[in-house]
Amino acid sequence: GNVFDEFQMEGVASEHNEIYLELVPENLSRALKTAQSAKAVKIKLTNKHCPCLRVSVELPSLSSSSRIVTHDIPVGLIPRRLWNDFREPSVPDFDVSIYLPVLKTMKSVVERMKNLSNSIVIEANLSGEMNLKIETDLVSVTTHFKDLGNPPWASEDGCQSSAEGRDLESMAEARIDIKKLQQLLAGQQVNPTKALCNIVSKRIVHFILLHEDVSLQYFIPALA
Amino acid sequence: LLQAEIFQEFAVQEESVTFRINLSVLLDCLTIFGTSSLPGASTALRMCYRGYGYPLTLFLEEGGVVTVCKINTQEPDELLDFDFCSTNVVNKIILQSEGLREAFAELDMTSEVLQITMSPDKPYFRLSTFGNAGSAHLDYPRDSDLMEAFHCNRTQTNRYKISLLKPSTKALALSCKVSIRTDAQGFLSLQYMIRNEDGQICFVEYYCCPDEDITEAEL
Repeated sequence: GNVFDEFQMEGVASEHNEIYLELVPENLSRALKTAQSAKAVKIKLTNKHCPCLRVSVELPSLSSSSRIVTHDIPVGLIPRRLWNDFREPSVPDFDVSIYLPVLKTMKSVVERMKNLSNSIVIEANLSGEMNLKIETDLVSVTTHFKDLGNPPWASEDGCQSSAEGRDLESMAEARIDIKKLQQLLAGQQVNPTKALCNIVSKRIVHFILLHEDVSLQYFIPALA
Repeated sequence: LLQAEIFQEFAVQEESVTFRINLSVLLDCLTIFGTSSLPGASTALRMCYRGYGYPLTLFLEEGGVVTVCKINTQEPDELLDFDFCSTNVVNKIILQSEGLREAFAELDMTSEVLQITMSPDKPYFRLSTFGNAGSAHLDYPRDSDLMEAFHCNRTQTNRYKISLLKPSTKALALSCKVSIRTDAQGFLSLQYMIRNEDGQICFVEYYCCPDEDITEAEL
């Protein structure tokens, strides 16, 4: 609730206080571009002829009356019976959790690697070490990051929180589509307060980026 | 041409080592940490080659992060030997690069050839193009401030495929001086002198043969 100055919402029903909307991201992004130098932005869900997100942007103007630009973005309402399809995936039972290196460095390296290979292997261990690896007929490139630190996870089952009996040096790894990783990194405009990833060996890589109160989570499945 | 002095450490055990390598892969590896250098950040590089059949190994380090690249090598091609001998040079000019940069940036790319005229008489040094819009001529007088040396013995006009010369503009952009020489057959030698951040000098050389489609009668 800290992101918004004012927030009012009534869900579908009292026991289901949520609304699921589907929209074309390009439309919302274009509307928000006009808001870059805005005095205020108001977003409303309306249903005049069809459901729309009405984005009203109040822009500075030289005259006493302000300029308001309104964008109506058509949205699709997702019926309650389909809500299960959109359940947020739960944090998987990961093998390794590690803080990401400086995103700028990671971004440069992954961008170059993207020119050389379609897939990339991410491996990390509980000693704060992470490697990014690509290998093709022409070249193999490995970037080594050290001293990254591993987040302390308090968990219900004893397995993840205790490192006893677990080999701190052994690497958990997953091979993923390099374009997906590059897109994730390219999308980061501001440095997150915290950035980490959880690896389930050969299954999935789960990225969590925290910006103040907002969290962005990406699940990238491993390639066969 | 990079002299051994450019490197902090240089140890080669054989008389000469030759192999072929994919250039774009090499460039991607050398720039793995990005192309813009942050103030204070520098990338360290170490190159190793064990011999025939082994990959070229690059170790790059920046800010405590280490990247290891192993690039597979290939059989070297025959190097084109233009047999450009200094004793056969007919005309030679040394120019300050800033004088040529704008000219090369604005070359009419609709022209198939770049014509170079070098002469002890007017127009001394002329670059010409023949494009869709018409012909363009750029003259450099011999007493221009940009002219560091002017040794032209005979009037020569040669045409070179512009697509072959265009890549040399990258070297031109980095260089401080360029030497332009032609031999009796009209073969062109461009030598760019580049000074790096440490003040060391290295050279980039281009050799280009004249466009054979043009006969003497046409010139």
